[in-house]
Amino acid sequence: MLRPALLAAALATAFPVHADAQLDALRAELQELKSAYEARLQALEARLQQAENQTTDAAIKAEPTAQAAAPARSGFNPDISLILQGRYAHLKDVGERRIEGFLPGGHGADAARGFSLDGTELVMSASVDPYFRDLLILALQDEAAEIEEAWFQTTGLGNGFSLKGGRFRSGLGYQNEQHPHAWDFADNTLMYRALFGEAYGNDGVQLKWVAPTELFMEFGAEAGRGANFPGTDRNKNGIGSHALFGHLGGDVGASNSWRGGLSYLATKASERDSELEDLNDVKVETLFSGTSKTWVADFVWKWAPNGNASEQHFKFATEYFRRQESGLLHCDGGICSVGSDGDYKATQSGYYAQGVYQFMPRWRSGYRYDRLNPGPVDFGLNNAHLPVTDYKPSRHSLMLDYSPSEFSRLRLQYSKDKSMESVSENQWFVQYIHSLGAHGAHKF
Amino acid sequence: MKRLLVFLILWLPVYAHAAINVFACEPEWAALAQEIGGDDVKVYSATTAMQDPHRIEARPSLIAQMRRANLVVCTGAELEVGWLPVLLQNANNAAVLPGKPGYFEAARFVPLLEKPTRLDRADGDVHAAGNPHLHTDPRNILRVAEALTARLAEVDPANAAAHRARGQTFAARWQAAIARWEARAAPLKNMPVAVQHKSFSYLLAWLGLREVALLEPKPGVEPSVSHLARVAAQLQTTPAKMVLRAAYQSPRPADWLASRTGIPALALPYTVGGNDRAQDLFGLFDDTLDQLLKAAP
Repeated sequence: MLRPALLAAALATAFPVHADAQLDALRAELQELKSAYEARLQALEARLQQAENQTTDAAIKAEPTAQAAAPARSGFNPDISLILQGRYAHLKDVGERRIEGFLPGGHGADAARGFSLDGTELVMSASVDPYFRDLLILALQDEAAEIEEAWFQTTGLGNGFSLKGGRFRSGLGYQNEQHPHAWDFADNTLMYRALFGEAYGNDGVQLKWVAPTELFMEFGAEAGRGANFPGTDRNKNGIGSHALFGHLGGDVGASNSWRGGLSYLATKASERDSELEDLNDVKVETLFSGTSKTWVADFVWKWAPNGNASEQHFKFATEYFRRQESGLLHCDGGICSVGSDGDYKATQSGYYAQGVYQFMPRWRSGYRYDRLNPGPVDFGLNNAHLPVTDYKPSRHSLMLDYSPSEFSRLRLQYSKDKSMESVSENQWFVQYIHSLGAHGAHKF
Repeated sequence: MKRLLVFLILWLPVYAHAAINVFACEPEWAALAQEIGGDDVKVYSATTAMQDPHRIEARPSLIAQMRRANLVVCTGAELEVGWLPVLLQNANNAAVLPGKPGYFEAARFVPLLEKPTRLDRADGDVHAAGNPHLHTDPRNILRVAEALTARLAEVDPANAAAHRARGQTFAARWQAAIARWEARAAPLKNMPVAVQHKSFSYLLAWLGLREVALLEPKPGVEPSVSHLARVAAQLQTTPAKMVLRAAYQSPRPADWLASRTGIPALALPYTVGGNDRAQDLFGLFDDTLDQLLKAAP
């Protein structure tokens, strides 16, 4: 192969101008020769492989067959990707942000005004061996790195089963498994903020089964420590929380696809700490001990002409929850003075619905509506100290985003936030999301 | 007990002829698996000719089909990097994971063109292993057919002989067709063309066409009007005879250039199902060659 190349080079130097056409012909011939040569080599290799396969005994044959060339999925082992996010937020100075009528918990809304880093995430994943695949997601903050997920998943259980263990995002609902960079809006839905802070994660195990049917059906059961809101950490053996979920999904024609599901989460809290304001608007500390049960229904529908999402597509997503909490609430400070115990019983609900439309390549617009119902809250004896509201928090959000490529996105968002009774706020966000490294997953 | 026996006897012949499920990532491999597997396979194509194989989402229906598959046939070379791994992770089907006989990548059996010399996303949507659109050269389909025949025989040993027989028949018909196509395409040799995306590099290499312009500024990046204007200017000095795009790609860039320069724009079927005539692999190349020859001066 070197000789024709040399010949071509020699020719090129010898006839620098009018040899162009001939050179092109020569190049084409060379290419032809090369591919023919490679084809023959390939054929020979294949025959060799065949011969080898035939001579190996049955025991070796049962092993996965070696293929012609090394896999070319990625030069890295493990796959590493880095998510960089930042934003400019124009917000009112409202001090502490709470959702009216809900006991605050988890990490509340990130309310940094002006420029800020929005979230930096490091993701690593790889096959461990033929039996496991592991993944790590680190959320990097100033002076801290939080392990958001660190889990193993079996790959070879068979019959549609898989077992996940470690720290993972629960499979409940739709948005729960998505990390902030995959959200369609710059901030979290009010529903997930009220339920979990950001999303429900747990240290534990998850068993999942996918049915061998044409209709997509998956069912999962989880058991874990239950340390996160709405539960609390505990010094006990056994299970602190459990979750069940099921999802169905499919296509309608070539252009439409959908997924719907139902989930249930039960967890226990012991002296779960929340700050509230008493009837005199003085801050009091409350400690809740009892059970928390949450139902979530989710539905997602996507449309793209002929299933080709590169030009236009539309996505609709909605989730509804209902949470029942009952137990004891201890109130300290303010009007509760040195401490007052009372029963606590609350049935709260809420939903969000959002539509995102890609109207031309790279450009998407979206609208989201959030609404919560703090429902009947009964503080028992503490009804004399703590206010009960029938205010229903709500929010409208409009967003426009531009993605120069699959790996970068710039977003503008406006929200009319009425999650607090006393504040009706105009919020503006400008946000960028970049992903580096391993190719991102196109999740549904 | 008697009923159970009757039930079993009634079901036995069904089970004996139970076709294995083949999950094909692209329509060309679905068509090839159907040619080789015949009645012994039930083929599902994850994508259609109207969809961009780079940009597919791991839809629930695809996970469900992956769960049922006995054999997964995909292109590889990172063409499906955004969605195939997600399907494999969520389908919980151990038989079709990479490294298992149930997982088949066409790119492993074909020498790939256009391997990038440097890997940097600044160069657009680069595939480290090389250009993945390898089925546009029918000689590659022959290579993949040989390997796929062997694989079907391995995954479905009960029907191994039938797979091999059909594989041989297909190979013979295909070789004859290649000879016919090559003879017909002789006048196309050295013809300069412009392409929208690098979808046809293998086709061009096979027929000896010369790619003189690329409409996309970088692979996978939509051309802007200003970039197209530059391409139009470039075509003044190095003229092309036609502009090629795949059926699933946006017609706008190629049509804009065609109207600006007067060069005919062709929507090649690219894969099986890309137009009315490309209903199988033979039709795909018949139609592609017809279109090229018709547009050639």
